[in-house]
Amino acid sequence: MDTALQDKTIAAPAPWGRVRRSRYVADRALKIICVLFTVLGATVLGWILLMLLYRGFGALSPAVFTETTPGPGSEGGGIANAIVGSLIMTALGIIVATPIGVLAGTFLAEYGKGSKLAMVIRFVNDILLAAPSILIGLFVYMLMVQPMGGYSGWAGGVALAIIAVPVVVRATEDMLRLVPGSLREAGAALGAPMSTVIVKISWKAARAGMVTGVILATARIAGETAPLLFTALNNTFWFSPNLMGGVSNLPVTIYQFALAPYSNWQQLAWAGALIITLSILALSITARLLLRKDKVR
Amino acid sequence: MSTIAVNAGGGIGNAAAADANASVRIAVRNLDFYYGDFRGLKDISLNFFDRQVTALIGPSGCGKSTLLRTFNRIYSLYPEQRATGEILLDGQNVLSSSIDVNELRARVGMVFQKPTPFPMSIYDNIAFGIRLYEKLPRGELDDRIEEALRKAALWDEVKDKLRQSGMGLSGGQQQRLCIARTIAQRPEVILLDEPTSALDPISTGKIEELIEQLRSEFTIVIVTHNMQQAARISQYTAFMYLGELVEFGPTAKMFMNPGKKQTQDYITGRFG
Repeated sequence: MDTALQDKTIAAPAPWGRVRRSRYVADRALKIICVLFTVLGATVLGWILLMLLYRGFGALSPAVFTETTPGPGSEGGGIANAIVGSLIMTALGIIVATPIGVLAGTFLAEYGKGSKLAMVIRFVNDILLAAPSILIGLFVYMLMVQPMGGYSGWAGGVALAIIAVPVVVRATEDMLRLVPGSLREAGAALGAPMSTVIVKISWKAARAGMVTGVILATARIAGETAPLLFTALNNTFWFSPNLMGGVSNLPVTIYQFALAPYSNWQQLAWAGALIITLSILALSITARLLLRKDKVR
Repeated sequence: MSTIAVNAGGGIGNAAAADANASVRIAVRNLDFYYGDFRGLKDISLNFFDRQVTALIGPSGCGKSTLLRTFNRIYSLYPEQRATGEILLDGQNVLSSSIDVNELRARVGMVFQKPTPFPMSIYDNIAFGIRLYEKLPRGELDDRIEEALRKAALWDEVKDKLRQSGMGLSGGQQQRLCIARTIAQRPEVILLDEPTSALDPISTGKIEELIEQLRSEFTIVIVTHNMQQAARISQYTAFMYLGELVEFGPTAKMFMNPGKKQTQDYITGRFG
């Protein structure tokens, strides 16, 4: 063996310096441009966030959480009614959207797959995902507000649900598609019917991702303004417990108060913006932690 | 080249010789298989004997896994795949539409190439299959799970962590967990699709020992790429090539004195 190796003469090595200088320049240039634009984007985001933190924390006080939104010209006040209204409508939206989204996503990933019906649903879902939210507000206005004779928290919840559904559908389908087919085969090989394989194996394997999808959908609808303008509207006092009539909420309150000439309203708009942003941040971090924990396991 | 044949032949002593009196458990008659328009199996007919290990060997793409996947109709998960002909399990044609596939799969267990532990505890992994078809009181279920883990030679390694996730085990342990899961259902036939190809030599050895022990209770069909493995653990061997059954016989005869030149060429490593 040794002699055989030695017998082979090694070809003369190619000379160095065959790579043209312009290649190095182009290589570097792309990297620098990418970094520059990343910095630009991050700066704008950081600026917004810093401004928000500065003005928002400055506007926070116990009254923000205990008092209702003030009328025009009155002093002080808080946004307690808006916070509670937002919590209720967001919860309503996600409670309606989760079963619909999870089951539709399951259909696409497990049953429909490449069928015509599944392709159509997937296409419609993508359109819904990108639909301007004001259209959804108008749609629910016609569907619920007009027939019911007035604005309501129910209509607001439904509008938010319509925005959340495509997000949940997409996340569910994507996560279920990541479950290896071999796991489904193994379940079927034990004589488990498809429904059992889906519920006990696929859902379980994709659970963290699916929960993350729901959390991100919650974060998405928590800050939606346009769909609420036409459905829940807003008000400046505690809304009625049956959610009929205008229901106060953070996004519309921020929208109205920020543009108002009263300084206490502007302060409250900052406080509301900070509260929403921090809630969404908390939800996003929770979602990330969940996914990471799942990967470690 | 001839040294390989000697090695393969030398391994035969490890497995018990074929039992000439064993009765037929699975009879395959004129089986054809199609992936869409592609004919993956061509007119296969052969018998699998009760409580014997039958190895399916042949080069990649010869149809050995395809054949294995017809016995529990797992192929029917994919609409474009279909089989025609007869596969008689204890005299009943399992390809008949009157057969409930899920019940069939509980009788004909399968272990795959890659370990497939479910994302749940070791205990629940094994209880999964049992719970599908039997409602057992807690104590009995515990016993069944211990029995299955003992038979799969995994009990000593996991008895203190039955509540931990099955995904946390090593590859070899995961594969034995999958075998335990299969035998916990008390099937009649166990199908093994290259069960050791993703494992290290020590885990492979353990699983081969296990197969030898399981033979006393189950009819076993194993697909393997490893001819030494086929020689070591099987009583019967079927050699397939391009979707056809080339030769079938007792393993000792197949490796020492094959009837066809193609078989001879394959087991001596001339192709494949």
